[in-house]
Amino acid sequence: MLNARALAAAALTPLAANAQNQINMPTGVSDAGVVITELGAEIYGLHMLIFWISVAIGVGVFGIMLYSIYAHRKSRGVKPSQFHEHTGVEIAWTVIPFFILVAMAVPATSTLLEVYDNDDAELSILVTGYQWKWKYEYLDADGENISFFSNLATSQEQIYNTDVKGENYLLEVDQPLVIPVDTKVRFLITASDVIHSWWVPEIAVKRDAIPGFINEAWTRVLAEGVYRGQCTELCGSYHGFMPVEVHVVSQDEFDDWTASKRGAAAADAALAAQELSVDDLMARGADIYNASCLACHGAKGEGGLGNAIAGSAIAMGGVDSHLNVIVNGVAGTAMQAFGAQLSDVDVAAVTTYQRNAFGNNTGDVVQASDVVSYKEG
Amino acid sequence: MGDHHHGPAKGLSRWLYTTNHKDIGTMYLWFSFAMFLLGGAFAMIIRAELFQPGMQLVEPGFFNQMTTLHGLIMVFGAIMPSFVGLANWLIPMMIGAPDMALPRMNNWSFWILPPAFLMLASTLLMEGGAPAFGWTFYAPLSTTYAPPSVTFFIFAIHILGVSSIMGSINIIATVMNMRAPGMSYMKMPLFVWTWLITAFLLVAVMPVLAGAVTMMLMDIHFGTSFFSAAGGGDPVLFQHIFWFFGHPEVYIIILPAFGVISQIIPAFSRKPLFGYASMVYATAAIAFLSFIVWAHHMYTVGMPLAGELFFMYATMLIAVPTGVKVFNWVTTMWRGAMTFETPMLFSIGFLVLFTIGGFTGLMLSIAPADFQYHDTYFVVAHFHYVMVAGAVFSMTAAIYFWLPKWTGRMYNETMGKVHFWVSFIGFNITFFPQHFVGLAGMPRRIPDYALQFADFNMMSSIGAFIYGASQLLFLYNVIAAITSGKRVTDEKIWDGAEGLEWTLPSPPPYHTFEVPPTIEEQPAH
Repeated sequence: MLNARALAAAALTPLAANAQNQINMPTGVSDAGVVITELGAEIYGLHMLIFWISVAIGVGVFGIMLYSIYAHRKSRGVKPSQFHEHTGVEIAWTVIPFFILVAMAVPATSTLLEVYDNDDAELSILVTGYQWKWKYEYLDADGENISFFSNLATSQEQIYNTDVKGENYLLEVDQPLVIPVDTKVRFLITASDVIHSWWVPEIAVKRDAIPGFINEAWTRVLAEGVYRGQCTELCGSYHGFMPVEVHVVSQDEFDDWTASKRGAAAADAALAAQELSVDDLMARGADIYNASCLACHGAKGEGGLGNAIAGSAIAMGGVDSHLNVIVNGVAGTAMQAFGAQLSDVDVAAVTTYQRNAFGNNTGDVVQASDVVSYKEG
Repeated sequence: MGDHHHGPAKGLSRWLYTTNHKDIGTMYLWFSFAMFLLGGAFAMIIRAELFQPGMQLVEPGFFNQMTTLHGLIMVFGAIMPSFVGLANWLIPMMIGAPDMALPRMNNWSFWILPPAFLMLASTLLMEGGAPAFGWTFYAPLSTTYAPPSVTFFIFAIHILGVSSIMGSINIIATVMNMRAPGMSYMKMPLFVWTWLITAFLLVAVMPVLAGAVTMMLMDIHFGTSFFSAAGGGDPVLFQHIFWFFGHPEVYIIILPAFGVISQIIPAFSRKPLFGYASMVYATAAIAFLSFIVWAHHMYTVGMPLAGELFFMYATMLIAVPTGVKVFNWVTTMWRGAMTFETPMLFSIGFLVLFTIGGFTGLMLSIAPADFQYHDTYFVVAHFHYVMVAGAVFSMTAAIYFWLPKWTGRMYNETMGKVHFWVSFIGFNITFFPQHFVGLAGMPRRIPDYALQFADFNMMSSIGAFIYGASQLLFLYNVIAAITSGKRVTDEKIWDGAEGLEWTLPSPPPYHTFEVPPTIEEQPAH
């Protein structure tokens, strides 16, 4: 490991000044020397084992070849030999590599067995991939699931170079996944539309999220901290913009966090029973719009992958048909059914926002109660 | 066809109606080079966007169209047709046959290609844009969520498949029936052997690809649910079918390259190929293994443990016959009397870089480690080491090696060497750093990336521009050689080259071996 770093540093001196340039797989050990996950550290060790075996074979083969290029050149006046067969040699370089491979397969098999050991999890989290965000649902024995969406938090201004890019550019979300330290967490991974893949390099978990399938993966993180990853299966236009952010915290902090999440859900439900002011709805709607609509419909409602909202017949037409599109989606297109993703008050807020922003100015105010009665038909 | 001694027809009709293997070979080669430049132009757009973090030149959706078309055009438009062109030119000349066995079908299998690629490229101008789901076109992104142009893409793939199958049948028929008397199978040049095996792979797997795209067509237009979980179908089934085609496809691309290298290294080492028989057996072993390793592209889909283990062990086994090939080539060089003209330089470049690609392939075969490598730039680096430094370098070596024979004119050797070194350096600047960003966590097929990947991406883009520009030098060198290169008249242009094609005049007449040659005791290899 140290050698690999030193070698590359020598070859790439001008770049080495930037300490951020990582050239190898995460080691599975934190900077403070704490093992992050045992499995991650083991996979890193396996990776380096195969790497060094390859280096050794490469040095041998390339060494012989380079010596031959130097010594057996016509310009040195050598006469070519005419030997062209040797059964013993052929058998040797068939059999010896085979045994090297067997030696590699043994540790690979034992690590793979651990990867597949999903038993005895203390916490189960359903991870669902959507175009282009993740939904996390903490499965609770009492049915009191915590559930939320996790969207990219990096601003469009940073992406389009009109603002300075932050430290965690493209790797930050509005609501991270939070898990307790030293707890076996089982992830149940699926998708609602196309195939995604959930990956956090530092904890060495990657599993495809496939609609109609539930894949399993697990981790036990031993070091508190923030770990970041990305979707790793091409899932459409904004594949590069759906990161994963995992916060690993102490059990106490985790309990506080779950309590506050439950409290927030209750507050949302209470909000749905109230009449909100236009300003409140517009402010809330703007946030929802930026997180859930902007990628397809544009920052100014000008459209893009999706239709324009500014001046659109739907956003300026009847409220029910507008709600129909938002709540039920449009079959056969990328427009999802947001009724299942957003709370009633959020649907109300974003509908109000779309009807009054971008110069639409319909003056319509949609309340959560309207959404409830729409859903009830 | 009463007069067997006529020359080519004049004008366009020569090319439209030709049944001559040399003309058809030439058309395949020029067509594939045009596609190489087009696919390369798309790669330049990709690398320009990735030069810095942030979105600068193109939108994410268009970026995906570029990665998709780059892959499709390079695999189906550049590499595969180029080797078919090489087969057309060389197989009859190497086995002492007057032409291919099925010359009219040969004409047809070439002429359906340009319309297919025109149709594929025209999807860029269609509403909703070109296919943007990657060259692997995983469902349901390529079905329910695809742009309307996907139907044209499916049609284009069908035509390419038909073309490949016809080309393969032709090669099999030619090699089996038209060898000169006395040329037994084990006397055939290795290029012929590797193509024979490749042709069987093509006949076996192109129909599978056709099946996959037909099921997509049914899902999109006729209400079936082969790949849609909502209708009781299975998106993972698509991947199994695709990679049952896709993995043999990798060897379809690389086996003829092995054949080329096995012709060139002995020629410039002035020494017979070491281990001819073991090379043939290794090629056959690789072809067999290629059918039982497909799911190593799918380690992260959630296969059962037993499946995961099977595909890991089978994949690791491929290292054995591939290693045999590399050892044989190096031993061929050992105690030869080497010179380093351009074809030899590209062959040695192939040997070094392909072996590096083989090592990363071995790393990727280790399933638990692949959970970290899968779908990152580490994979991108790996397959460009085997596709570009493997297939494209060997193809380039082949052009420099046989061009003087085909045209009777020599290319500019200095320019050829410059082309090699600029390509070699440019290639490594492009793809070596991609190993680093991949391991550090950069997924493939993203139009924008986190800041820690910035420096290596910039390096990679600079390398890509260098590598891309060096191909224009190649184009110039070839055109200059054809139009005004120094004439060569020797049959044996390279003093160490062996084989029947080197017994023909340079350039060879329009029809060759109308009377089969006699194969002497000396082995053809």
